Amino acid sequence: MKDSYDVIVVGGGPAGSTAAKYAAMGGAKVLVLEKDREIGVPVRCGEAVDHEGLVQFIQPHKKFVAAEIRNFKLIAPDSTVVQPNIKGLGYVLDRKFFDYELARIAANEGAEIATKVYVDGVIKNDGSVTGVSVQYHGDRLFLKSKIVIGADGVESRVGRWAGIDTTVSMHDMESAAQVTAANVDVEEDTCYFYFGERYAPGGYLWVFPKGNKTANIGLGVAADRSKQKHALKFLDEFMAERFPQASVLTKIAGGVPCAETLEKTTMPGLMLVGDAAHQVNPVSGGGIISGMIAGKMAGKVAADIVKQNDMSLIGKYEKEWQDSLGARHHRYYKIKKVIYKFRDNDLDSIAHEISKLPQKQQTLGNIFKQAVIKHPTLILDVMKLFF
Amino acid sequence: MIEIHEDKCDLCGCCVGVCPENCIDLTENRISIEHEICTNCRKCEWACPFEVFEFKNEKVRLKAAV
Repeated sequence: MKDSYDVIVVGGGPAGSTAAKYAAMGGAKVLVLEKDREIGVPVRCGEAVDHEGLVQFIQPHKKFVAAEIRNFKLIAPDSTVVQPNIKGLGYVLDRKFFDYELARIAANEGAEIATKVYVDGVIKNDGSVTGVSVQYHGDRLFLKSKIVIGADGVESRVGRWAGIDTTVSMHDMESAAQVTAANVDVEEDTCYFYFGERYAPGGYLWVFPKGNKTANIGLGVAADRSKQKHALKFLDEFMAERFPQASVLTKIAGGVPCAETLEKTTMPGLMLVGDAAHQVNPVSGGGIISGMIAGKMAGKVAADIVKQNDMSLIGKYEKEWQDSLGARHHRYYKIKKVIYKFRDNDLDSIAHEISKLPQKQQTLGNIFKQAVIKHPTLILDVMKLFF
Repeated sequence: MIEIHEDKCDLCGCCVGVCPENCIDLTENRISIEHEICTNCRKCEWACPFEVFEFKNEKVRLKAAV
């Protein structure tokens, strides 16, 4: 580790490694700082991605793909199962190996990666971020950089230290718990989603298979509704009821910022990407691919800033994001707010109507139509998306 | 006063994300809270998936003057 770089990336997840890769490809001297001792662990993620999203960055490979997904099953509160007719392909990743691979690729492009380095503050000069302070093996060091990219996840503090408020509202934070379990009998090409108050109020419960009778089984509860009963209790109850024979290989906690993207993701010398910028699909809670898309945008802009020595270019990143995925997430967020209003009996009746249709017509579009019938104000909310 | 049951903590950062005062510090293997900044708002307690936080005195404190 040297004491000065062009770009310092805080956080070695998918968003951070992708930002580092593109900044390094653009000719910048890049350092990635990871607080944990190893890139890729602990995994705090359901690990599902779609094929189209993934191949924008990397071809699927058996070393980091645990399962191929071809079906969804949506389970209503009263156990009615809807299997939407979906043509796409998805994967459940092994994030440990996936993150490792992304970091390796960034390193091969010239980025330097350091683990077990805890960033405990940013250095500011005249209103600009000019570096970070870190704790490393008992020492406190000050590292200078032209640009800091905060890819420090849901627990991000880089933005807040610099003056950008990244606090997640209780309404938007999904308080999550997950096990990776063995001896789980599920269809190995199917992702299962359970909805309802008894599984996950204000969120959903997922079962994502990882091959050889293993699966990620987890849930997120909206933090403003987890006061009486916390995520782990919901999960323990579900495991005892649905998979009593399963053995737990890993148990983890997590938080997912199911919000709109922060209004402000940049300031002179600083860009925020991924969960740190709330760049998560607010409906699904998926953030791997969107974090990587933001990472790519930020990394390229960072390299341009360094090359042209022009900090005014920093706004390009924010504009590019907000004009593309940011705008889509804004629409999804409005849909989320409507879904949030559904109670168990609404969800049950939607599922009943859908399951009467022939299998071929059980599409996401028809599910949405039924949702509108059951909850007519939904159409108004959706209309608002277009006006 | 807030008590942190460190033995339950998985270091996930959900609490850090919702803390309005930015007063929770989370390293690779340790969680700590700056008690003089904490206002006892209890958001961390509600958001925590693993029930790590326990508030002994439930009175919300006014924000300390900065």
